Amino acid sequence: MLEVSGVSKHFGGLKAVSQATLSVPEGKIISLIGPNGAGKTTLFALISGFIKPDEGEIKFQGQSIAGRKPHLICQLGLVRTFQIVRPFANLSVAENIAVAAHIWIAKRTDALLKAAEIAKLVGMDGMLDQSAGALTIAGRKRLELARALATNPKLLLLDEVMAGLNTTEVHEIVDVVRGIRDTGVTILLIEHVMQAVMSLSDYSYVLNQGELIAEGEPRDITRDPNVIEAYLGHGAAKRIAAMEKA
Amino acid sequence: MDFFDFNLPSYGWSTVLGSAISGVFLGSIYALVALGLTLIYGVLHIINFAHGALLMLAMYAVYFLWQAFGIDPYLAMLIVVPGGFVFGYLLQRGVIGKASHGRDEIILLVTLGISIIIENAALFFFSATERSVRVPYDLDGFDLGVTFVVYPELAALGGSLLITFLLWLFMIKTDTGKAIRAVAKERQGARLVGINVDHIFAVCFGIGVACVAAAASLLVPTYAVHPQIGYLFVLIAFTVVVLGGMGSFVGALVGGFLIGIFEQLGRLYLGESLGVITISFIFILVLLFRPSGLFGKPAG
Amino acid sequence: MNSRGQLLGLCVLMVILAIGPLLISSGRWIEFLELTLFVAVLGQGWNVLAGYGGQYSFGHAVFFGTGAYIQALLQFKFGWNPWVAMWFAMSGTTLIAAGIGYLSFRYGLRGSYFALITLAFAEAFHVLARSLDSITEGGRGVQLSLNQDPSQAIAEFQFNFAGPFLKTYGFYYTIFIILLITYLLTWLMSNSRFGAQLIAVRENEEAAMALGIDAFRVKMKAICLSAIITSSAGVYYVQKFLFIEPGIAYGPAKSVEALFAPIIGGLGTIVGPLLGSFFIHGVGEVAKEVIVYFVGDRPGVDLIFFGMILILVLAFLPRGLYGLLEMLWLRLRGKHNA
Repeated sequence: MLEVSGVSKHFGGLKAVSQATLSVPEGKIISLIGPNGAGKTTLFALISGFIKPDEGEIKFQGQSIAGRKPHLICQLGLVRTFQIVRPFANLSVAENIAVAAHIWIAKRTDALLKAAEIAKLVGMDGMLDQSAGALTIAGRKRLELARALATNPKLLLLDEVMAGLNTTEVHEIVDVVRGIRDTGVTILLIEHVMQAVMSLSDYSYVLNQGELIAEGEPRDITRDPNVIEAYLGHGAAKRIAAMEKA
Repeated sequence: MDFFDFNLPSYGWSTVLGSAISGVFLGSIYALVALGLTLIYGVLHIINFAHGALLMLAMYAVYFLWQAFGIDPYLAMLIVVPGGFVFGYLLQRGVIGKASHGRDEIILLVTLGISIIIENAALFFFSATERSVRVPYDLDGFDLGVTFVVYPELAALGGSLLITFLLWLFMIKTDTGKAIRAVAKERQGARLVGINVDHIFAVCFGIGVACVAAAASLLVPTYAVHPQIGYLFVLIAFTVVVLGGMGSFVGALVGGFLIGIFEQLGRLYLGESLGVITISFIFILVLLFRPSGLFGKPAG
Repeated sequence: MNSRGQLLGLCVLMVILAIGPLLISSGRWIEFLELTLFVAVLGQGWNVLAGYGGQYSFGHAVFFGTGAYIQALLQFKFGWNPWVAMWFAMSGTTLIAAGIGYLSFRYGLRGSYFALITLAFAEAFHVLARSLDSITEGGRGVQLSLNQDPSQAIAEFQFNFAGPFLKTYGFYYTIFIILLITYLLTWLMSNSRFGAQLIAVRENEEAAMALGIDAFRVKMKAICLSAIITSSAGVYYVQKFLFIEPGIAYGPAKSVEALFAPIIGGLGTIVGPLLGSFFIHGVGEVAKEVIVYFVGDRPGVDLIFFGMILILVLAFLPRGLYGLLEMLWLRLRGKHNA
């Protein structure tokens, strides 16, 4: 469904992403992991059209989308969420989701109905009238997900939707993500919460310093010496501690 | 001038050179006004819309010091520069910082509000009458052959170079200067290492207003004071700052000279009235094609 | 933000504005209301772009002035009928707006930079209007001839010599109808897909783009709608005063007036600009009278006062008077527990 081949992006002297190649088959959940600053979010920005790649090809359903504008890519059915959530803070939850639903729905009332439907899907049905600015972190993460879903995506790019959540919340959102996959939406996710990666993803790619250093089934990945080295060098202890705390 | 039958006049080199040289002197005044503006932008990342109004206020201060106590405009600097610093510090700490909730658009609107208050207060108290200082040396000068230069113009040129140098020295050598640069680069980081960011913001604003006060002293011998004079300068100062690169001192200086020269040449070729449009034109072009200016770092 | 509630409030206000003046015969009060509604229209033009779209223009006079100049010049130079000229005034201004918008938004100018470029355009137009004598009559301005034939009052869009009713109320109802239409347009916009997308762009442009919104196009539409509304105020101004000159058209005063009303009344709300206009011209006038009583009438008094209100509102009422009223209303109904 998504084919990324040989994509690179430099910022000045810094190689943010270098020769990245990966593929996301339809109906699967694929994860992209790696230490902080590995270039994961940059790769997302490249795929979703926020940054133009210096070189390489990105194909979505056979169509080249490299360098295309974000809103056009979204209209093709590829939507991203942001690691640092970006709610429309002065609007209610319903209005937030409805804006996204407007991509296919012209009428305001229909968009709001669709928003209510989507809210139910991510477990926000009780919060429709709340102001998005007043939501908790977990609420904002769900809203980010809900808005993306409202665009009727075929492929969903999720950037750390579980960061900052407690164990219960992580479990809830894992179920939500799985539920979304079961409705036929393909998912590519960036995640640090390893338990979620292990339980959700069918296949994983590991990015370090802009380069893909490993790929495979999540279980095999964790045993890959390259991966262990990359992580231990970059504050793995901190992350393990965080996981234990969670 | 007939618009439909439009031909650029042609001039001899000495006329053009004369215009360009008077442009340099004019530009040094623009640079002076722009220095404070660029400092404030570089650190606070805000465009101080009240800059022109503050210039006008300082010019009135210089004027009244001369009128009431016979203090020479250049000597008045010793009073208005510290006064400007205190005024600016309090304005940022007491009004702008408090009212703007840290949002850029709101800061812009608050400074606009301040400029409206100051300009109309000046109109209210001082009326629209133009007032000018008469000093014995204001028409003395020397002939360069292609143009005549009066001493106040020379003082403005020297002053702008000196003030730019002093500001640069201050930023490099002093602890406060270093703290200011730290805040400009990394606001959160500076806060984490214990720098009082609100204080630094206010200091910066104070220095910006002090610069404007110095500019006022250098301007008063050649420019009449009236409530609208700030507005005349503020748009030009914005252009200079944008052209030079927001936050760059050297940029403000070079930008000031360039704008001065462009304006004088514009007047020469397009006429007094239409010539001013070169400034708006440069402003728009720079904003569109090189918003980081000549000496600024490209954003993002 | 309950748009039904806003619409209801708006309808009540409109009915009052439609009938109220008939009960007043004082010319001075009618003039006062005309000015208030005029600024409310000007403010709505700014509000569409800044309040709903988050694009703060500091040179909105460019749209007012261009509308006014086209309206005046088509009559002055070519003897056009004002009812015909006005469509060209509004569409011409919209073209200018599209040009300014295209340049600004295509090159990604936001926040302070957008404010500066709009200011620069207003200044450029100011200089052009002053300098291009053969087109704009230069600094003298354009003076339209006065129609003294009562039977032609409506046809000539001039009510100075009309029958008794039109003479008193003609311009009031002109600006009232403009207000009615522009506010209705704004309400329709705010409840449409376009309105929702515009607000999303204001709240977070990247997020909006990620959700399939063409931010550039949305902003273009907004600046055009804003220009249509603002230029209609320009058309009204010319018909009312039969005169326009560069300072009135493109000077900073109109740009500032356009932003006072919506900020004070409530940014991004439909009734905000109207509330704000009433506040600054109602309460403002009263305060001015008081100040004048104590210190004497000198120019600048009202603007000092407006400037202070602006800063106070920015500091303490981020959602303006509308937000304040809404809060009081909710408190009154005991719903204020959030």
